[in-house]
Amino acid sequence: MLALTEPRLSTPGAGSPAPAVEVLSAEKIFPDGTRALAPIELAVGQGEFITLIGPSGCGKSTLLKLMANLIEPSDGRLMWWRSSYDEATSGSRGSRRQVAFVFQDPTLMPWARVETNVRLPLDLAGVAKPASRARVAAALERVGLTKFTRHFPRQLSGGMKMRASIARSLVVDPDLLLMDEPFGALDEFTRNRLDDDLVKLCFERKLTTVFVTHSIYEAVFLSSRVIVMATGPGRIFATLAIEEPQPRHESFRNSARFAEYCRTLSGLLARASVAGPEAGERA
Amino acid sequence: MTAPVIRSEAALSVVAPTLVGIVLVLVWEIACRAGGVPVFLLPKPSDIALKLASDWPTLLRALGMTLRVALQAFAASIVLGTLIAFLFVQSRILEKSLLPYAVLLQVTPIVAIAPLIIIFVKNTQAALTICATVVAIFPIISNTTLGLRSVDPGLINLFRMNRAGRLATLLRLRIPSALPYFFGGLRISSGLALIGAVVGEFVAGTGGRSAGLAYEILQSGFQLDIPRMFAALFLITLAGIALFVVMVGLSRLALGQWHESEIGAET
Repeated sequence: MLALTEPRLSTPGAGSPAPAVEVLSAEKIFPDGTRALAPIELAVGQGEFITLIGPSGCGKSTLLKLMANLIEPSDGRLMWWRSSYDEATSGSRGSRRQVAFVFQDPTLMPWARVETNVRLPLDLAGVAKPASRARVAAALERVGLTKFTRHFPRQLSGGMKMRASIARSLVVDPDLLLMDEPFGALDEFTRNRLDDDLVKLCFERKLTTVFVTHSIYEAVFLSSRVIVMATGPGRIFATLAIEEPQPRHESFRNSARFAEYCRTLSGLLARASVAGPEAGERA
Repeated sequence: MTAPVIRSEAALSVVAPTLVGIVLVLVWEIACRAGGVPVFLLPKPSDIALKLASDWPTLLRALGMTLRVALQAFAASIVLGTLIAFLFVQSRILEKSLLPYAVLLQVTPIVAIAPLIIIFVKNTQAALTICATVVAIFPIISNTTLGLRSVDPGLINLFRMNRAGRLATLLRLRIPSALPYFFGGLRISSGLALIGAVVGEFVAGTGGRSAGLAYEILQSGFQLDIPRMFAALFLITLAGIALFVVMVGLSRLALGQWHESEIGAET
């Protein structure tokens, strides 16, 4: 039914490839009147790894949900590969794009085994069992959970649950991966290991990724571009390009360049959190 | 994980209450004998046991009648209650307009409306089943509705992002999420169905071939055959416990592998 396994056609066009997502003066005002996002302009290029960072309430999760089409902008619009979300994600064969979202929590179905959880997007898309089984096995292998396919979520550690959640997003072979603070609840050691694996995964599969985090180290380590956001209302405060070739190696964390980037980003964040008249109004 | 602990745990939950029961029965027997309590006031456990053995055929038939009504009502409650819960979840308007009447049904004492039902419905069996259903259906409606609504919002978003239809979301997400609540409702409802059947029969006072345990209790009371009364009471209690145990078993079968309520603290 779906042509998920077929090689995708590259986007035709003379110049640079179409950006994966464009946010065009999109803003978000919640029904209770809270202005979560002032009009935002942002383009995420094909293959980029972008991190959104900022103080609590700066609207980074809201921006990510806009990109996932989980919520609609109050004004302005977004485009995915230069078309609407529905056109891009349910278009004709070959040009159909997949957007995957990794939530803050693992959001696994507690009653289903790991393999069933990972297979869910394929089941919902009506992919036949033999085809989906192979893809589930491949996705689980990529996140290192091959030995745990028959386990229930409650039998896994926090880090392993997150790995299962990532496998579920990879199983659809996404063109755009949106991650909302996926490793926020994990200890630093586990987080670093997952970050190392994520870097490799995204590079190998040339994934376009937008990643929300609170951690300066994580932002610097992962991204090609860090978007610093400020509150009151949520807006883009600054952009920091991390000019370190991908895929990043663990040793980058111990380098002087890494420390320098962290210092710069930390300075930007400090200024972002005091900027604006209504700064820190929303928790 | 640790099999011996679980096994002794399971044994404990059977052995301990049994021991308490034996001790209680012994104390009862000894106290009656020592105090010379007349049998028409409080029969000794041995009197009850003898009566149970001698009147076994009639009591067993009565138990069968009562159980039949209770089980019919329980089945009707499950089917109707689940259907109503599904309707409630599909439409807020439907829930808002019908829920008050479900509550009304629940708070009206069954003893008060049972005579009406028995007058309206000619077939006594059917009338008794309706009485018991009225009593037993509410926990199923309220628990299942609550369960169908108690879905992890993250999972709802996940299903939405994957373009899951209403039916797929119902089958793969809402129903599994509702199961723990549904089984909680079953446990309450099974006991209520039995109570409803007994209460209905008390009011209807059906005798003859379709007499149930409630009729036996009434009849024994009139004849001052107190041991027989206790024997009938004992059978009702036993039936209630059996129903409860079956429900616990079913719940364990369905949820044992994943739900917190069925998993020990050590895992």
